[in-house]
Amino acid sequence: MSRKAIVSEVSAADPTSPQSIVRFEGVSMRYGRDPEVLTDISFELPQGAFYFLTGPSGSGKSTLLKLIYLAERASRGRIEIFGQDLALLRRKDRPFMRRRIGVVFQEFRLLDHLSCFDNAALAPRIAGRKPAAYRADVADLLAWVGLGDRMHAMPPALSGGEKQRLAIARAVINRPDLLLADEPTGNVDEAMGLRILRLLLELNRVGATVLIATHDKDLVVRSGKPVLHLEAGRLSPYPGQAPDLDE
Amino acid sequence: MNGAFDPKRWWPAPLLPLGDARDLTLLFVVAALSFLAGLAAIAALASERAAVGWRSELAGSATIIVRAQGAETPDAAALRAVVAVSGLRGVGEVRALEKAKADQLLAPWIGADALPSDLPVPRLVTVELDPKTPATGADLDRALSAAGVDATVDDHSRWSAEIMRAGVIERNVALGLFALLLAILGAVISFATRQGLAARREIVDALHLSGATDGFIARLFQARFARSAAQAGLAGALLAAAMAAALKLTGAGQGLTALLPIAWRDLAAPAPFPVLGALIAAVVARTTATAALKEVP
Repeated sequence: MSRKAIVSEVSAADPTSPQSIVRFEGVSMRYGRDPEVLTDISFELPQGAFYFLTGPSGSGKSTLLKLIYLAERASRGRIEIFGQDLALLRRKDRPFMRRRIGVVFQEFRLLDHLSCFDNAALAPRIAGRKPAAYRADVADLLAWVGLGDRMHAMPPALSGGEKQRLAIARAVINRPDLLLADEPTGNVDEAMGLRILRLLLELNRVGATVLIATHDKDLVVRSGKPVLHLEAGRLSPYPGQAPDLDE
Repeated sequence: MNGAFDPKRWWPAPLLPLGDARDLTLLFVVAALSFLAGLAAIAALASERAAVGWRSELAGSATIIVRAQGAETPDAAALRAVVAVSGLRGVGEVRALEKAKADQLLAPWIGADALPSDLPVPRLVTVELDPKTPATGADLDRALSAAGVDATVDDHSRWSAEIMRAGVIERNVALGLFALLLAILGAVISFATRQGLAARREIVDALHLSGATDGFIARLFQARFARSAAQAGLAGALLAAAMAAALKLTGAGQGLTALLPIAWRDLAAPAPFPVLGALIAAVVARTTATAALKEVP
């Protein structure tokens, strides 16, 4: 995608577009009385988009993701997810929105007392599906992420790469409309990183909107996908070349 | 057998981890509460039985104190009293106590040797009453007055009322203790639920972010604590029943069992605690967890 196109998608989104999956308008965020972590963020992710979210450590990437997956509330501004204004979203409706969002956490957040299979099956189980209804899907997905022979292993026994792939499997088992990943290749070698990228691209190809927070410059370059770049809590239009991810 | 084909490996594991040391402490506390509640319930039934027994014994008889008049001997007066009340409706056997028996009853107050032989000691007449339609003290009074006998009737009604009052107090204290122990159980479960939520915050967060509703998570804690309360409550109740059985078998008719006559059926009295405890634990854990989860973003 060309630089012009990227800038266009990021900064000039149509506010009335019904296809918008994520939409930020003048969003700012601070924790307590601390300085703002995010300042006046505005962007839109159209349906089926695949974006990277880059920026130096402390630039607000994780906070931005938290705002999207409803783990934090914005201090200012307006956020719409799937066309729903989060400020108007009732607490009892939040779980149902979360079920449409898959999240791969930087620190995995796997449940150590559950096997790989049960971790991956968490979302359908919570959604009330019977084991017989999701058993084959989970097994297939674990095989797809290369954990077919580790289904009954417990997370503490997994390598970093295996945990990462399990976290991805857990995030995508319910075929989310929006997939968020925070440093999904941060704990794996280059080969595994490419394998995970292919997984994410495949999910995007089948319809999921994807936003990946990463420091991995090679991943961004290899994918050729557009970038949302954060600097000191402000969104910067992509400058025309791969951002300096080593800052 | 290949583990992959073991059905248990494909059965979903509990979303909350199985018990740890904290759970063991909770189980011990609930079992102890159930044990105490079970003993209180057994004591309530036994004290009720003792009160009823004592009252029926008192209600089944009356005593007439007969005083001789003029030159009449006490024995003759007692005989007239026996004749006067015998045959009344609601009266069974009537018997005049001999002088020696009357002296024996006075001895603790006056002393056996200090009693002059010519002292007109009142005679006692015991009256067995029909347990179904007992004659009242007033009936006996009327019969004695009609026969011109100078006598006082003691139908034990004052003692009977005292015993009943004491029995009611004992029963109410035991029931109050039972209720107090259930309330303590509720407080313990509430505390344990908050502790459990705090200790398993990572799991709660993971469930929330995977789309779990507050109700879904609260139900996990509800089921966990209800099951724990039922199991520990059952253990405590069985222990209470075993202790009561041991008391009955080792002290039949004496000591504590004389004051608290335990019947075999009383051993079922602790049974409600595991059921009530599980219900209370379920309600308290659910409401506590639901309230606590509202504080989570």
